[in-house]
Amino acid sequence: MAITTDNAPAPPAAKKPGSAGTGRAGDKIFLGLSRGSGILLLVIMASIAVFLTYRASLALSVNEGNFLTTFDWNPAGDPPTFGIAVLLFGTIVSSVIAMVIAVPIAVGIALFISHYAPRRLAAPLAYVVDLLAAVPSIIYGIWGALFLVPYLEGLNLWLDEFLGWTYVFEKTEIGVARSLFTVGILLAIMILPIVTSVSREVFLQVPRMNEEAALALGATRWEVIRLSVLPFGRSGVISASMLGLGRALGETMAVATVLSPSFVISLHLLNPGGGTFAQNIAAKFDEANELGRDALIASGLVLFVLTLLVNGAARLIIARRKEYSGANA
Amino acid sequence: MKLSRKNGLRATALGALAVSGALVLTACGSDDNTGASAGGKKTGAASNIKCDDAKGQLLASGSSAQKNAMDLWVKNYMAACTGVEINYKSSSSGEGIVAFNQGTVGFAGSDSALKPDEVTESRKICKGGQGINLPMVGGPIAIGYNVPGVKDLVLDAPTIAKIFNDKIKKWDDPAIAKLNPNAKLPSTAIQAFHRSEDSGTTQNLGKYLGKAAKADWPYEAEKKWPAPGGQAASGSSGVAAQVKQAEGAIGYFELSYATSQNIPTVQIDTGAAAPVAATSENASKAIAAAKVKGTGKDLALDLDYTTKADGAYPIVLVTYEVVCDKGNKAESLGTVKSFLTYTASEEGQKVLSDAGYAPIPAEINAKVRETVNGLS
Repeated sequence: MAITTDNAPAPPAAKKPGSAGTGRAGDKIFLGLSRGSGILLLVIMASIAVFLTYRASLALSVNEGNFLTTFDWNPAGDPPTFGIAVLLFGTIVSSVIAMVIAVPIAVGIALFISHYAPRRLAAPLAYVVDLLAAVPSIIYGIWGALFLVPYLEGLNLWLDEFLGWTYVFEKTEIGVARSLFTVGILLAIMILPIVTSVSREVFLQVPRMNEEAALALGATRWEVIRLSVLPFGRSGVISASMLGLGRALGETMAVATVLSPSFVISLHLLNPGGGTFAQNIAAKFDEANELGRDALIASGLVLFVLTLLVNGAARLIIARRKEYSGANA
Repeated sequence: MKLSRKNGLRATALGALAVSGALVLTACGSDDNTGASAGGKKTGAASNIKCDDAKGQLLASGSSAQKNAMDLWVKNYMAACTGVEINYKSSSSGEGIVAFNQGTVGFAGSDSALKPDEVTESRKICKGGQGINLPMVGGPIAIGYNVPGVKDLVLDAPTIAKIFNDKIKKWDDPAIAKLNPNAKLPSTAIQAFHRSEDSGTTQNLGKYLGKAAKADWPYEAEKKWPAPGGQAASGSSGVAAQVKQAEGAIGYFELSYATSQNIPTVQIDTGAAAPVAATSENASKAIAAAKVKGTGKDLALDLDYTTKADGAYPIVLVTYEVVCDKGNKAESLGTVKSFLTYTASEEGQKVLSDAGYAPIPAEINAKVRETVNGLS
């Protein structure tokens, strides 16, 4: 308070000819620039939506199948039929698997780097995690297809033997592990760096005083983390997870290289099959005719909406936990 | 001190850049030289490439199945005809035909002949003419397998159809054993791999199975994989990699992928005296049995998939160059004629077998040359 009252008389004092003018011009220019950027973003978003909707409507008007329930993708057929049921299921399932695996590990790594690791180890470790993000996704794809897939066969058989009763982990088809489960694991590795680095930054922002107060009350390090770091960082971790989820939902090349796509919905996650929006677009775009491309764009529109919904939901969750967010601390 | 050291570093970096740049440049230079000396450095002397009216830049696009052949042709041609630049963008047949019908390329490569509605569309671009198909590159589609201890596997069309249709599930199935009485077939499960993206290779295999094993392959020949079951991988390279890796796998791809990765390929029992192996030579023999089904100047081929000729490998793919018979764009006509004259020449076709492709048989090839000569 005292500071603001001290500062209040300052503007009139600075009202000397010349200097005030430039300041205001700068304000105006900056206001214009930032407002322009904001509007530009909205225009870009709107034009993407308009383009997608227009092209999608062209395809949907001649689709003989039900866009939401057809288990096939054949816009070149006569009559053309295509539906997104399988893609929607595959996209969501593979992303959920990725999140379930990646988020706990990412939070663990972030906590280790920010609170447990000796400083000499923390910096290089953080650097290595960030480096994971620099690997192009096609490299992940090749690595996944040539290394991960053969090595996951053992894990799959193990899951089948001990968790087969869950139905989800029952392996009913023979074949290498080109399944949604494998895709989920690969996506988890791919989104790990972004979730980790954002979480780490948030954990480092925890006010020193909170932690020291907890320590002074006799809390152990784990209790400090549980009572002050995690609650403080929760909204940040949620944002970080949503960024990761965004990447997982839209991942294209890696999925296209690792998955064995087929238009079936199966909860047997270890069996090859399924598909995701982005993978399907990558696989079909090259040879598609005009209508086929419009149909793919229609599926792209659904992915667009799905991503918007996910981000909206994340905003809501974060808004409800405002009291913990860094902005109010 | 600090500054000067920085500058020193920068100078070294620049020097390194310059040196490596020079190395790259000289590397390119020497490459070009060998290419030129192989293809004939003096225009039209060592090689028979006639440059005629060729000039400027020619854009082309289409099938990736003929990419390697195109690369060789373009390299040889550009070495002989200096000042001409040919740019073949290998994407897909579909994209090539779309580009052709939009008039953005001089010719398109496609692994299936133009469809009637595509021909109708081409009339807009070819003033007074239409798009025609010129068969230029043939090739065997090999069926590779991974069964340890089994060499020289023999299969026939119905068995292949049943394997890819998920009807035969084990390698020691009686149907396979009957064709391979001497082989020790394991009871491993068969993992059939197909292409995950739409592909002309899939379509051509479908055409073969539809003709040669009607009862067991009830599907239309489309670019999209039609049958249920099996696993998918992206691209010929993806299928080949999976076949190489997974025990009990079988898959189809262009022959070059099998030779380069040492994947054993299936010999086909066509009813001929002996089973036929997938080789360029054998594929040429099968293409020789084809009839021209196109009318006028169109040379689209009707392949005989049920041929029983000795040594004719029936699973073949023919890729076409699509051009206008009349009404080609004036600025590219000269280059298109000159380049296609080279690719259809004996010399141009001879290059193919070295790259795992099959030359077009002489009789059809003669017609191609005649047609190319008459382009306007």
